[in-house]
Amino acid sequence: MNEQPTENILEVEDVVMAFGGLTALLNLNFQVESGIIKAIIGPNGAGKTTLFNVITGTFPPTEGLIRFKNTLIENLKAHEISKLGISRTFQTVELFTNMTVLENVMVGCHTRIQSAFIADGLRLPHIKKKEVQMRDRAMEILKFIGLGNKFDESADSLPLGERKILEIGRALATEPELICLDEPAAGLNETETRTAADLIRRIKERGITVLLVEHDMKVVMDISDHIMVLNYGEKIAEGSPLEVQNDSRVIEAYLGSEEEDHASD
Amino acid sequence: MLRIRIFPIVIFAVIIIFFPLIARIIPGIGNYPDLMVFAGIYCLITIGLSLLMGYAGQISLGQAAFFGIGAYVSGILTATYGLNPWLCMVFGMIIAALVAVIVGVPSLKLHGHYLAMATLAFGIIVFIIFNEEVEWTGGPDGLIGIPVLSVFGFQFDTLEKYYYLVWFFVFAVFIFTINLIQSRSGRALRAIHASEAASNAMGINVSRFKIMVFVYSAILAALAGSLYAHYLNFINPATFDLFFSIKLLIMIALGGMHEIWGAIIGAFLITFLSFEWLHFFEEFEVIVYGFILLVVTIFLPHGLVGIPHIIKDWLRR
Repeated sequence: MNEQPTENILEVEDVVMAFGGLTALLNLNFQVESGIIKAIIGPNGAGKTTLFNVITGTFPPTEGLIRFKNTLIENLKAHEISKLGISRTFQTVELFTNMTVLENVMVGCHTRIQSAFIADGLRLPHIKKKEVQMRDRAMEILKFIGLGNKFDESADSLPLGERKILEIGRALATEPELICLDEPAAGLNETETRTAADLIRRIKERGITVLLVEHDMKVVMDISDHIMVLNYGEKIAEGSPLEVQNDSRVIEAYLGSEEEDHASD
Repeated sequence: MLRIRIFPIVIFAVIIIFFPLIARIIPGIGNYPDLMVFAGIYCLITIGLSLLMGYAGQISLGQAAFFGIGAYVSGILTATYGLNPWLCMVFGMIIAALVAVIVGVPSLKLHGHYLAMATLAFGIIVFIIFNEEVEWTGGPDGLIGIPVLSVFGFQFDTLEKYYYLVWFFVFAVFIFTINLIQSRSGRALRAIHASEAASNAMGINVSRFKIMVFVYSAILAALAGSLYAHYLNFINPATFDLFFSIKLLIMIALGGMHEIWGAIIGAFLITFLSFEWLHFFEEFEVIVYGFILLVVTIFLPHGLVGIPHIIKDWLRR
């Protein structure tokens, strides 16, 4: 391999993901440079969320390798991958609705501050200390994402925009080096979208690499350093926002070519 | 923020401590301390079941089996082999824990109905073993001659002594459990209830936590079983049948399974209903239970402990 100017935090090699007869990802190869915002776009059903599920360990890929900071992770379980430093949010917001905003983020601290089942039950002195530590860290994160004043509200009571932000906060609490955001702006109004985009930029400034799946092209073009386009589980283009916007294959995938229009008639 | 208040616990403790004295004075409730021993034993099981079902969101229709394992391990080892009862109690809990791991590892991968069916089948199998292994368990006739508990020559031979022994255990378990709920482990369990996918992504080893809470509930049921065996000095399989598992379910549904207090209230109510207040229904008792479960699930999905919240919401409007 040639020496690269910047390090890759994530490398995906020849990944195939098949569900029975359906191939959701087909020989996918790409790298994510450390410290950037990389967007993954593509029409519905292109395999974006499947890719996230494979990277974060929801299920192992049918074939292929995934390397995170030079460790192979494709066969690790989700909770192990989280421990290594990859966190995520979900397209369909998956908050812990039975908890407060603060508690949601405190669950995110789970991997970095450990305790044993029995020690928790006996409430040993070090447990109290850890509890305070988790609380403080969670509060810090809530302030960072701008939900500090809502810490004691039920997560269920928040409007969608704030729920999406809270999910990002919860993911940050795991202290990731790579964060996978699945449509953070979907369903948000213009102000909320701007807040979310701004937050993603600030996450990058903290030195965290961002992998972003998003349909809002304005957000994608504004904040991404690099874009990869998927269609039917295959990479059809990759490059800077400008390069991707002018790629004929991308335009075709999104708008459909004339021939395809005829074919579908 | 989930915070369990200390004040009601203190009040509750005071009532429990003075109840036997009060029961002596008030006419007509002389047998209530005896019922309270049973209520305490059931509380041990329902606290575990509430953690398993209400907090972690897993169902078990086989808790009576663990209750029975505790009772039979204690019963057989003390009555037949003459071992130290406290040691047998610990053995009972260890065996229940091992069985819970063996049953839990495959079945906790299942969800909802399937988990219910798996634990139900487990309960039935254990019930059959109690009935058929006549050589060990005495079969349907039961096991007699289980000795009274004693510690350093002090015998728990009167009702009142046993009452305090049982409630000592209930309080220890209650405090342990509320500590657990308000800690990292407790949050992990509640997280699993809300979303397994998100829990995994937050680094929670979901299957490990599910097994741990299942084992914990099994250990508590076994402890309750041992206490039950030494209280009655006699056990037979009928106590540990499927209907008892369902009765436990009714207890936590009635009390409210999302709050630890619900487990206590439910255990109390069902004990008094079944031993005292519903006696005149005789064989129709089961229908009454069915009716209670029906009414609670439709009108009080959060159980009796949910009533204050309903009133609060109602007043706000």
